[in-house]
Amino acid sequence: MRLGVLFSGGKDSTLALHLAKEKEGVACLITVVSKNKESYMFHTPNIDVTALQAEALGLPLVSVVTEGRKEEELADLERAIAEAKSKFQIDGIVTGAVESVYQASRVQRICNRLDVWCFNPLWKHDQKALLETLVDRQFKVIISGVFAYPLDEKWLGKQIGPQVIARLVELQSKFGISPSGEGGEIETTVLDAPMFKQKIEILDYAVEAKGNCGVFIIKQARLVTK
Amino acid sequence: MILVVDMNWKRDSLAFNEFVLPIVSVVQPLEECKVKHFLDLDPAGLNGYSKIVLSGTALKDHATLKQVDKFNWVKMCDKHILGICAGMQTISLVFDEPLMNCLQIGMTEITTLKDNPLFQGDFEAYALHNYSVGPCQNFEAIAKSSKCIQAIKHKQKDIYGVLFHPEARNQEILKRFTEL
Repeated sequence: MRLGVLFSGGKDSTLALHLAKEKEGVACLITVVSKNKESYMFHTPNIDVTALQAEALGLPLVSVVTEGRKEEELADLERAIAEAKSKFQIDGIVTGAVESVYQASRVQRICNRLDVWCFNPLWKHDQKALLETLVDRQFKVIISGVFAYPLDEKWLGKQIGPQVIARLVELQSKFGISPSGEGGEIETTVLDAPMFKQKIEILDYAVEAKGNCGVFIIKQARLVTK
Repeated sequence: MILVVDMNWKRDSLAFNEFVLPIVSVVQPLEECKVKHFLDLDPAGLNGYSKIVLSGTALKDHATLKQVDKFNWVKMCDKHILGICAGMQTISLVFDEPLMNCLQIGMTEITTLKDNPLFQGDFEAYALHNYSVGPCQNFEAIAKSSKCIQAIKHKQKDIYGVLFHPEARNQEILKRFTEL
């Protein structure tokens, strides 16, 4: 099967890509760039880095821009998947959905209309185990957005490793935060992963934060040899 | 020991994580379970299991509906069986109950029609299906949505089918089945 991966450049879609590649062929990445920072469907910080990540992965990128209005962005996602189907003859798509029925059912409806398969290889998986899988598989993932109490700017730019996971799990028990950020509490950016032929080096960045909301913006980056 | 049957179109498929593992993660803490793909089932070897769960599949996956003969063992089986989505559709075909088109994707209001040990009252569930069953000869409808029959029970046997996905939401239904 030829698949397109809905790709935000964050940990879940990158892990879903790796799982998909172990079972089927991956023909392209599909990215929806939302102009709305509070997009209902699409991860936003550092979405521009997806072009560099696609290059590191050696995969073509189908990218469409959305204004990010609630239901219009679904039409834009449908346009992106339709474009991937026509350009790369994909039979199906892969998402990094873990818990969100809101996201999963909307993507399923689009796939049904376009007559393509829809796979969610992380669906319902234990969130702590997912984070540990990333570390075990030597993904280099940084926290690029925080959006919930008691997270703050001190978390931004931190690499996900055993200590960060332990702290996130502790916050889950105290404050009900989803440790993998499934509720939108954190966003992440992948700088290196097993399928990356080169890794991403950050040359310049900016932190924008206020209270419990903040983003780590990669202003300049390049690919370097692993 | 509970048997979870992988109903996906091929062994070790990309849909395994999505439709089989979530069932195992609910059942396993309550009772030891084993997973087998439907193509690898040996009807003679089913005696070692207390109950059997048939998983759902991706929306475009109709493999088991085209290979109903692989499930003839269901007719002879005296175990508790629960078919989820494609599992329920396949069980229906085994008993010659025709399927009818009914597409539902997303959270759906379910109404219980008959007392049963798995669920009661009205509740929301995650639906992802192309087909339901019409009026049945061998089964009674035990739940419905506004569009179609959502759950069935065999009139004589301990065979249940749910069209919605209890492993996604309503995991207590799977737990109750495990504890029957």
